[in-house]
Amino acid sequence: MDRIPILKLGPFLLVTIQVDMHDKLAITLQDDLTQKIVEKKARGVMLDISALDMVDSFIARMIAHIATLGRLLDAHTVVVGMQPAVAITLVELGLNLTGVKTALDVDKGIKWLEHAVTLDDQILAEETGRDLDANREE
Amino acid sequence: MQIEKSETLPIRMETHVVEARQMVRKWAIDLKFTLTEQTKLVTAASEIARNTLIYGKGGDVTLDLVSDKGRTGLRLTFVDQGPGIPDIELALRDGYTSGSGLGLGLSGSKRLVHDFDISSSVGNGTKITLTRWK
Repeated sequence: MDRIPILKLGPFLLVTIQVDMHDKLAITLQDDLTQKIVEKKARGVMLDISALDMVDSFIARMIAHIATLGRLLDAHTVVVGMQPAVAITLVELGLNLTGVKTALDVDKGIKWLEHAVTLDDQILAEETGRDLDANREE
Repeated sequence: MQIEKSETLPIRMETHVVEARQMVRKWAIDLKFTLTEQTKLVTAASEIARNTLIYGKGGDVTLDLVSDKGRTGLRLTFVDQGPGIPDIELALRDGYTSGSGLGLGLSGSKRLVHDFDISSSVGNGTKITLTRWK
Protein backbone atom coordinates (compact mmCIF):
# COMPACT_ATOMS: atom_id res chain seq x y z
CA MET A 1 0.00 0.00 0.00
CA ASP A 2 1.14 3.57 -0.70
CA ARG A 3 2.49 5.55 2.22
CA ILE A 4 3.85 9.02 2.64
CA PRO A 5 7.26 8.86 4.37
CA ILE A 6 7.70 10.47 7.78
CA LEU A 7 11.26 11.56 8.52
CA LYS A 8 12.70 12.16 11.95
CA LEU A 9 14.67 15.38 12.24
CA GLY A 10 16.01 15.67 15.79
CA PRO A 11 12.98 16.12 18.07
CA PHE A 12 10.72 16.82 15.10
CA LEU A 13 8.95 14.84 12.41
CA LEU A 14 9.05 16.03 8.83
CA VAL A 15 6.44 15.09 6.26
CA THR A 16 6.79 16.19 2.68
CA ILE A 17 3.73 15.50 0.59
CA GLN A 18 4.88 15.00 -2.96
CA VAL A 19 2.06 13.05 -4.51
CA ASP A 20 -1.47 13.89 -5.47
CA MET A 21 -3.14 12.17 -2.51
CA HIS A 22 -6.27 10.15 -2.78
CA ASP A 23 -8.43 10.22 0.34
CA LYS A 24 -7.27 6.91 1.87
CA LEU A 25 -3.65 7.96 1.54
CA ALA A 26 -4.44 11.14 3.45
CA ILE A 27 -6.13 9.16 6.22
CA THR A 28 -3.21 6.69 6.38
CA LEU A 29 -0.82 9.60 6.78
CA GLN A 30 -2.89 11.00 9.62
CA ASP A 31 -2.84 7.62 11.41
CA ASP A 32 0.87 6.97 10.77
CA LEU A 33 1.81 10.41 11.97
CA THR A 34 -0.19 10.10 15.18
CA GLN A 35 1.57 6.84 15.99
CA LYS A 36 4.99 8.22 15.13
CA ILE A 37 4.51 11.27 17.38
CA VAL A 38 3.98 8.99 20.36
CA GLU A 39 6.57 6.40 19.36
CA LYS A 40 9.35 8.94 18.76
CA LYS A 41 8.19 11.32 21.50
CA ALA A 42 8.25 14.06 18.88
CA ARG A 43 7.98 17.65 20.07
CA GLY A 44 6.90 19.00 16.72
CA VAL A 45 5.62 18.13 13.27
CA MET A 46 6.37 19.96 10.06
CA LEU A 47 4.07 19.36 7.13
CA ASP A 48 5.64 20.52 3.87
CA ILE A 49 2.92 21.05 1.28
CA SER A 50 4.98 23.05 -1.21
CA ALA A 51 4.55 20.33 -3.83
CA LEU A 52 0.75 20.27 -3.44
CA ASP A 53 -0.90 22.12 -6.30
CA MET A 54 -4.35 21.67 -4.81
CA VAL A 55 -5.82 21.49 -1.33
CA ASP A 56 -9.51 20.70 -1.27
CA SER A 57 -11.77 20.49 1.78
CA PHE A 58 -10.80 16.88 2.46
CA ILE A 59 -7.05 17.55 2.50
CA ALA A 60 -7.62 20.77 4.46
CA ARG A 61 -9.54 18.76 7.03
CA MET A 62 -6.68 16.27 7.27
CA ILE A 63 -4.23 19.13 7.85
CA ALA A 64 -6.45 20.59 10.57
CA HIS A 65 -6.83 17.14 12.17
CA ILE A 66 -3.08 16.57 12.20
CA ALA A 67 -2.59 19.94 13.93
CA THR A 68 -5.24 19.13 16.54
CA LEU A 69 -3.97 15.59 17.12
CA GLY A 70 -0.43 16.93 17.41
CA ARG A 71 -1.52 19.43 20.03
CA LEU A 72 -3.31 16.74 22.04
CA LEU A 73 -0.13 14.65 21.94
CA ASP A 74 2.10 17.54 23.03
CA ALA A 75 3.62 18.19 19.60
CA HIS A 76 3.52 21.54 17.82
CA THR A 77 2.52 21.45 14.18
CA VAL A 78 3.51 23.82 11.43
CA VAL A 79 2.43 23.71 7.80
CA VAL A 80 5.00 25.11 5.40
CA GLY A 81 5.19 26.08 1.76
CA MET A 82 1.59 26.61 0.80
CA GLN A 83 1.44 27.85 -2.77
CA PRO A 84 -0.24 31.26 -3.22
CA ALA A 85 -2.79 29.84 -5.67
CA VAL A 86 -3.71 27.19 -3.10
CA ALA A 87 -4.14 29.83 -0.39
CA ILE A 88 -6.39 31.97 -2.60
CA THR A 89 -8.51 28.95 -3.49
CA LEU A 90 -8.83 27.81 0.13
CA VAL A 91 -10.10 31.20 1.24
CA GLU A 92 -12.63 31.31 -1.57
CA LEU A 93 -13.72 27.78 -0.76
CA GLY A 94 -14.46 29.03 2.75
CA LEU A 95 -11.62 27.34 4.59
CA ASN A 96 -9.24 29.37 6.68
CA LEU A 97 -7.47 26.60 8.64
CA THR A 98 -7.97 28.42 11.92
CA GLY A 99 -5.62 27.16 14.58
CA VAL A 100 -3.09 25.82 12.11
CA LYS A 101 0.31 27.50 12.32
CA THR A 102 1.89 28.15 8.93
CA ALA A 103 5.33 29.26 7.81
CA LEU A 104 6.56 30.25 4.37
CA ASP A 105 9.34 27.68 4.09
CA VAL A 106 11.07 24.80 5.86
CA ASP A 107 13.71 27.06 7.46
CA LYS A 108 11.11 29.33 9.02
CA GLY A 109 9.06 26.31 10.03
CA ILE A 110 11.96 24.72 11.89
CA LYS A 111 12.77 28.03 13.62
CA TRP A 112 9.20 28.35 14.79
CA LEU A 113 9.13 24.76 16.10
CA GLU A 114 12.40 25.29 17.97
CA HIS A 115 11.06 28.49 19.45
CA ALA A 116 7.77 26.87 20.48
CA VAL A 117 9.57 23.97 22.17
CA THR A 118 12.02 26.29 23.97
CA LEU A 119 9.09 28.36 25.22
CA ASP A 120 7.31 25.22 26.46
CA ASP A 121 10.43 24.10 28.32
CA GLN A 122 10.87 27.53 29.92
CA ILE A 123 7.28 27.65 31.10
CA LEU A 124 7.58 24.15 32.49
CA ALA A 125 10.85 25.03 34.26
CA GLU A 126 9.30 28.15 35.76
CA GLU A 127 6.21 26.33 36.93
CA THR A 128 8.23 23.50 38.40
CA GLY A 129 10.40 26.08 40.15
CA ARG A 130 7.32 27.82 41.52
CA ASP A 131 5.95 24.51 42.79
CA LEU A 132 9.21 23.82 44.57
CA ASP A 133 9.14 27.30 46.17
CA ALA A 134 5.55 26.74 47.27
CA ASN A 135 6.47 23.42 48.84
CA ARG A 136 9.34 25.03 50.70
CA GLU A 137 7.06 27.70 52.18
CA GLU A 138 4.63 25.15 53.54
CA MET B 1 -22.65 27.21 -27.09
CA GLN B 2 -20.31 25.00 -29.08
CA ILE B 3 -18.37 22.00 -27.85
CA GLU B 4 -14.91 21.88 -29.41
CA LYS B 5 -13.58 18.84 -27.60
CA SER B 6 -14.94 16.35 -25.12
CA GLU B 7 -13.79 13.53 -22.88
CA THR B 8 -15.52 11.40 -20.26
CA LEU B 9 -13.86 9.74 -17.28
CA PRO B 10 -15.34 7.35 -14.73
CA ILE B 11 -15.56 8.25 -11.04
CA ARG B 12 -16.03 4.91 -9.37
CA MET B 13 -13.14 4.72 -6.96
CA GLU B 14 -10.93 7.08 -5.00
CA THR B 15 -8.06 7.00 -7.49
CA HIS B 16 -10.51 8.16 -10.16
CA VAL B 17 -10.99 11.40 -8.21
CA VAL B 18 -7.24 11.98 -8.46
CA GLU B 19 -7.24 11.10 -12.17
CA ALA B 20 -10.20 13.41 -12.82
CA ARG B 21 -8.52 16.40 -11.18
CA GLN B 22 -5.26 15.69 -13.03
CA MET B 23 -7.15 15.65 -16.33
CA VAL B 24 -8.90 18.92 -15.41
CA ARG B 25 -5.49 20.43 -14.61
CA LYS B 26 -4.15 19.29 -17.99
CA TRP B 27 -7.06 20.79 -19.89
CA ALA B 28 -6.88 24.01 -17.88
CA ILE B 29 -3.18 24.33 -18.73
CA ASP B 30 -3.89 23.65 -22.42
CA LEU B 31 -6.52 26.39 -22.29
CA LYS B 32 -3.89 28.73 -20.79
CA PHE B 33 -5.79 29.46 -17.61
CA THR B 34 -3.62 31.23 -15.02
CA LEU B 35 -2.24 29.14 -12.17
CA THR B 36 -4.85 30.51 -9.75
CA GLU B 37 -7.67 29.85 -12.21
CA GLN B 38 -6.39 26.31 -12.77
CA THR B 39 -6.21 25.70 -9.04
CA LYS B 40 -9.76 26.96 -8.47
CA LEU B 41 -11.13 24.75 -11.21
CA VAL B 42 -9.17 21.67 -10.11
CA THR B 43 -10.25 22.18 -6.49
CA ALA B 44 -13.91 22.56 -7.48
CA ALA B 45 -13.58 19.42 -9.61
CA SER B 46 -12.10 17.52 -6.69
CA GLU B 47 -14.94 18.53 -4.37
CA ILE B 48 -17.67 17.57 -6.79
CA ALA B 49 -15.92 14.36 -7.91
CA ARG B 50 -15.80 13.25 -4.29
CA ASN B 51 -19.51 14.01 -3.91
CA THR B 52 -20.22 11.97 -7.03
CA LEU B 53 -18.25 9.06 -5.61
CA ILE B 54 -19.48 9.15 -2.02
CA TYR B 55 -23.02 10.51 -2.14
CA GLY B 56 -23.80 9.60 -5.74
CA LYS B 57 -22.32 6.09 -5.32
CA GLY B 58 -20.14 6.67 -8.37
CA GLY B 59 -20.68 8.19 -11.80
CA ASP B 60 -18.86 9.98 -14.58
CA VAL B 61 -17.37 13.35 -15.37
CA THR B 62 -17.35 14.86 -18.83
CA LEU B 63 -14.86 17.57 -19.68
CA ASP B 64 -15.90 19.90 -22.49
CA LEU B 65 -13.92 22.61 -24.15
CA VAL B 66 -16.71 25.04 -24.92
CA SER B 67 -16.96 28.30 -26.80
CA ASP B 68 -19.73 30.83 -26.63
CA LYS B 69 -19.95 34.39 -27.96
CA GLY B 70 -16.24 34.51 -28.68
CA ARG B 71 -15.09 33.25 -25.30
CA THR B 72 -13.80 29.82 -24.43
CA GLY B 73 -14.20 27.86 -21.26
CA LEU B 74 -13.87 24.53 -19.58
CA ARG B 75 -17.10 22.85 -18.61
CA LEU B 76 -17.27 19.88 -16.27
CA THR B 77 -20.39 17.77 -16.00
CA PHE B 78 -20.68 15.28 -13.15
CA VAL B 79 -23.43 12.72 -13.43
CA ASP B 80 -24.41 9.99 -11.01
CA GLN B 81 -27.35 7.66 -10.62
CA GLY B 82 -27.33 7.84 -6.85
CA PRO B 83 -30.09 8.68 -4.37
CA GLY B 84 -30.31 12.32 -5.45
CA ILE B 85 -30.50 15.44 -3.30
CA PRO B 86 -33.94 16.07 -1.74
CA ASP B 87 -33.38 19.74 -0.90
CA ILE B 88 -30.87 21.40 -3.23
CA GLU B 89 -31.23 24.81 -1.62
CA LEU B 90 -30.28 23.34 1.73
CA ALA B 91 -27.40 21.34 0.23
CA LEU B 92 -25.99 24.52 -1.29
CA ARG B 93 -25.89 26.32 2.04
CA ASP B 94 -22.47 26.89 3.62
CA GLY B 95 -21.87 24.50 6.46
CA TYR B 96 -24.61 22.08 5.50
CA THR B 97 -23.40 18.50 5.39
CA SER B 98 -25.13 15.19 5.10
CA GLY B 99 -21.92 13.29 5.76
CA SER B 100 -18.66 13.74 7.55
CA GLY B 101 -17.44 16.65 5.43
CA LEU B 102 -17.10 20.28 6.32
CA GLY B 103 -20.21 21.15 4.39
CA LEU B 104 -18.34 23.33 1.95
CA GLY B 105 -18.17 20.99 -1.02
CA LEU B 106 -21.11 22.31 -3.02
CA SER B 107 -21.31 25.87 -1.75
CA GLY B 108 -17.53 26.31 -1.87
CA SER B 109 -17.19 24.88 -5.37
CA LYS B 110 -19.87 27.24 -6.60
CA ARG B 111 -17.66 30.16 -5.60
CA LEU B 112 -14.70 28.73 -7.52
CA VAL B 113 -16.35 28.73 -10.95
CA HIS B 114 -18.39 31.13 -13.08
CA ASP B 115 -21.39 28.97 -13.90
CA PHE B 116 -22.77 26.37 -11.56
CA ASP B 117 -25.81 24.30 -12.29
CA ILE B 118 -27.29 21.46 -10.33
CA SER B 119 -30.25 19.26 -11.03
CA SER B 120 -31.26 16.29 -9.00
CA SER B 121 -34.13 13.91 -8.73
CA VAL B 122 -34.64 11.74 -5.69
CA GLY B 123 -34.02 8.12 -6.55
CA ASN B 124 -32.59 8.91 -9.99
CA GLY B 125 -29.38 10.80 -9.45
CA THR B 126 -27.69 14.15 -9.68
CA LYS B 127 -26.10 16.20 -12.42
CA ILE B 128 -23.78 19.07 -11.60
CA THR B 129 -22.28 21.35 -14.23
CA LEU B 130 -19.38 23.71 -13.57
CA THR B 131 -17.96 26.15 -16.10
CA ARG B 132 -15.04 28.46 -15.85
CA TRP B 133 -14.56 30.95 -18.69
CA LYS B 134 -11.35 32.45 -19.91
